[in-house]
Amino acid sequence: MDPINFVILASILFAIGAAAVLLRRNAIIAFMGVELMLNAANLALVAFSRMHGEIDGQIMAFFVLTVAAAEVVVGLGIIIAVFRARQTISLDEPAELKG
Amino acid sequence: MVNTVMFWIIAALTVIPALSLLFARKAVHVAMSVVLVMVGLAAAYVTLSAPFLGMVQIVVYTGAVMMLFLFVLMLVGVDQREDLKETIKGQRWIGLLAAAGLGAFLVSIIGRVTLPTADTMPSGDPEAVAIALFDRYVLVIEVLGFVLITAAVGALVLTHTPRLRPRKTQLEVQRDRVRVGADPVNKPMPGVYARHNALDVPALDPEGKPIEHSVSRVLEIRHQTQEGAEFRAALEDPSRKEGDR
Amino acid sequence: MLDLTWLLIAVPLASAAFLLLAGKRADRWGHWVGVGASSAAFVVGLVALIQMLGLDSEDRAHAVHLFTWIPGGELNLDAGLLVDPLSMTFVMLVTFVGTLIHVYSVAYMEHDASRRRFFAYLNLFVAAMLLLVLADSYLLLFVGWEGVGLASYLLIGFWNHKPEYATAANKAFVVNRIGDIGLILAMGLMFTYFGALDFGSVFAAVPQASTAQLTAIGLMLLVAACGKSAQFPLQSWLGDAMAGPTPVSALIHAATMVTAGVYLIVRSAPIFEGAPAAQTTVAAIGAFTLILGALIGMAKDDIKKALAASTMSQIGYMMLAAGLGPVGYAFAIFHLVTHGFFKAGMFLGAGSVMHGMNDQVDMRRFGALRTAMVTTWVTFGLGWLAILGVPPFSGFWSKDKIIEAAFIGDDVQPWILGGAALIGAGLTAFYMSRLFFMTFHGKARWTDEQHPHESPALMTVPMIILAVGSAFLGLILATGDRFVTWLEPVTGHAEHGEPVLPAAVIMVATLLLVALGAWIAWRKYGAADVPETAPAASLATIAARNDMFQDSVNRGVFERPGTHLTRTLVYADAALVDGAVDATAHAFARTGEVTRKTQNGQVRSYALTMVVGLVIVILVVVQGGL
Repeated sequence: MDPINFVILASILFAIGAAAVLLRRNAIIAFMGVELMLNAANLALVAFSRMHGEIDGQIMAFFVLTVAAAEVVVGLGIIIAVFRARQTISLDEPAELKG
Repeated sequence: MVNTVMFWIIAALTVIPALSLLFARKAVHVAMSVVLVMVGLAAAYVTLSAPFLGMVQIVVYTGAVMMLFLFVLMLVGVDQREDLKETIKGQRWIGLLAAAGLGAFLVSIIGRVTLPTADTMPSGDPEAVAIALFDRYVLVIEVLGFVLITAAVGALVLTHTPRLRPRKTQLEVQRDRVRVGADPVNKPMPGVYARHNALDVPALDPEGKPIEHSVSRVLEIRHQTQEGAEFRAALEDPSRKEGDR
Repeated sequence: MLDLTWLLIAVPLASAAFLLLAGKRADRWGHWVGVGASSAAFVVGLVALIQMLGLDSEDRAHAVHLFTWIPGGELNLDAGLLVDPLSMTFVMLVTFVGTLIHVYSVAYMEHDASRRRFFAYLNLFVAAMLLLVLADSYLLLFVGWEGVGLASYLLIGFWNHKPEYATAANKAFVVNRIGDIGLILAMGLMFTYFGALDFGSVFAAVPQASTAQLTAIGLMLLVAACGKSAQFPLQSWLGDAMAGPTPVSALIHAATMVTAGVYLIVRSAPIFEGAPAAQTTVAAIGAFTLILGALIGMAKDDIKKALAASTMSQIGYMMLAAGLGPVGYAFAIFHLVTHGFFKAGMFLGAGSVMHGMNDQVDMRRFGALRTAMVTTWVTFGLGWLAILGVPPFSGFWSKDKIIEAAFIGDDVQPWILGGAALIGAGLTAFYMSRLFFMTFHGKARWTDEQHPHESPALMTVPMIILAVGSAFLGLILATGDRFVTWLEPVTGHAEHGEPVLPAAVIMVATLLLVALGAWIAWRKYGAADVPETAPAASLATIAARNDMFQDSVNRGVFERPGTHLTRTLVYADAALVDGAVDATAHAFARTGEVTRKTQNGQVRSYALTMVVGLVIVILVVVQGGL
């Protein structure tokens, strides 16, 4: 089976993650959608690595993974801070950007 | 070439739990599903001859990141139920359409291009990865180290709450409690003075009336209390003596 | 001492500043500071005059450099004073008459709560006028010119709690601004043509200038002079300026302000010499105004307004003389000096009458005051004889010379100008006699609460001094042509032309007309009864009573069209210019209102926008690339 199918799988996962970000109001679930999108990209990178027979794709996925870990830490920290301030983690609540 | 059966198993293992991101009500369920997705992705990495990355994926994602998510979920309250009813007009359909369109576009583009397929498999074992990481990409690794440190400090700053006034002593706590007119002593324990020596039964006052707040609030939220209905009934109907039952 | 002439300006100015800043604690003695400052200026002027008289006539022009004022690239101007016989004449007139008016005001304003402020303004007035006449450049003269305008505004509107007085002050200010525009334009033209504004450089450059240039400058200077001297067509403010306290009227009419226009014309003599058309215009306006003022004066029942009309007429004589060229300059200034004395005396007399008559100004309610106010009657009478031109009183020596000079010339001009001057003399005799008889003779027509009494010595003494001046100054200065010789370094030597009529004939005709005018006035107002209310009169009299409808004319010719033009412009501005700007702004505002709705503050909406954008970008890239 051609590894290109993994890329297609990655695309589908990416779309699901994007939909989660767009549709869910719970900040944690939306955040998990973001994580899913990152991992979909990782999957594509690894698949490309396999197709090219080079290790560099895996290394890139490795880097993405590291950055994603840092991002999770900061993101969850923000969620905690927001929760402390507002007693809610609904994404619809902080609407101060309203024009 | 990869194993076709393996691919479909992985596809099922990732896409189906991923859909819970869209449809599950409880955040904990979502988190558990995402753990499954991560395991599936780890399997995919191994299949794509990246065994080290697969292991890292399991350790980092299922072991660390998703557990962190669960911790945060517990911190902010498992009760944070989400109403799936959409509040922003048109957001649901446009969002779905946009996401679906995005996926469709990506798939169609990938379907249209022809990519080379190398005969040689990349060596994804720890040794090869280590050589690549600490040789060619050593600078990147160092920069990533800074990023991680910064993230750690950032998380500390974000979650840190400075103490603005000195910690209350026990004496002050008690004084405050008396000042607002609360019970100066501990609340009565549930089940005491009752026939049922149980947590879900309210205590009775000297007149035999149930004391509602003696039962744990958590049990009330879960609707797992006896609510003292039988005692109230006994009070309202004097003919029914306790001994009659 | 001539180098210290700057003290003339500095002392009254410092006194004015002191009086304004001193506050209430100076209320009790502040007026004496004002009198002292004015007197000190007079003493400085007197010493300078004596010193100047000791010099040869060629050396009498003395320049005093004060400081470098405007060190501009093309315009280098020093602030300096020009002390010559002409400015010295004005200095003496302004300080002497001014000081007498100051003394008079001490008593006249005794019961006014703001007397200190009044004296501050008087000092400012004197300082500004002295700066005007002493300046050695048009620009510095302009500073004094504006200072005089400001001081007159403050003084005319001194009792500004009455709206009509405040309006009168505004009117004087606004009309004077029209004249100022003339002076500014004249300065602009001078700078364009000659590149200089000081008298010396400008007059040195005059011979090279074309007649057209000089005519333009001359006409602009004439506009300025008309505004300040209340000449036609800018005469309308003078009558209303009577709103100020009477000493102010005396100061404006006799010593300062209205004489500034004549001074400007005489000072700019070299320019007018090169522009015969402008010169003739000056004379024509003078002749016209002298008749106009006399006609208005004949119908006025308000003693101060009648005197104001008389001033307009007498200044007309001076302008007429100034427009005649070198023959007339000296007589214009001569008449200005004698007029300064007798008009100040008469205004102070009128003030004294008002003082005794409970501030009544209607002459029809006066009559027979000679018994109640003997000093006022005598001093006023001397001023009356002087303005009539009865020999040997002052007015005779100056006015008769002007009439004679008006008859000099070719063609029809001398007949018109001379005729106007001659008729004006007769009219003057009539209306001044009318004023005199209605006030001091005939039957008493006082209202019940009026108890005429003589004014205190502080008021009568200045009046006596001025009356003596009215009586003898002309004789003293005219003997041996002293005054003309004195002014010669400035005005130039006049080759004495021959009048179209023999001088003796002109003099006899003048005296006959004066006698006739006085006799008619005596018949109508001295011997006969004067009705207490103005009788119905002919159209001409009504016109004269209403200042020849000057306000209506101004309103109809200037104000109405101006108002309509302004309204049209404002409307056009609002509809077109503002409309375009507003429409643009509204368009942006509406765009903002619409796009604002997309900024709903919802993070997910923003994320949706991003995803939609991403989809579109991919679509474009793929479709474009493949």
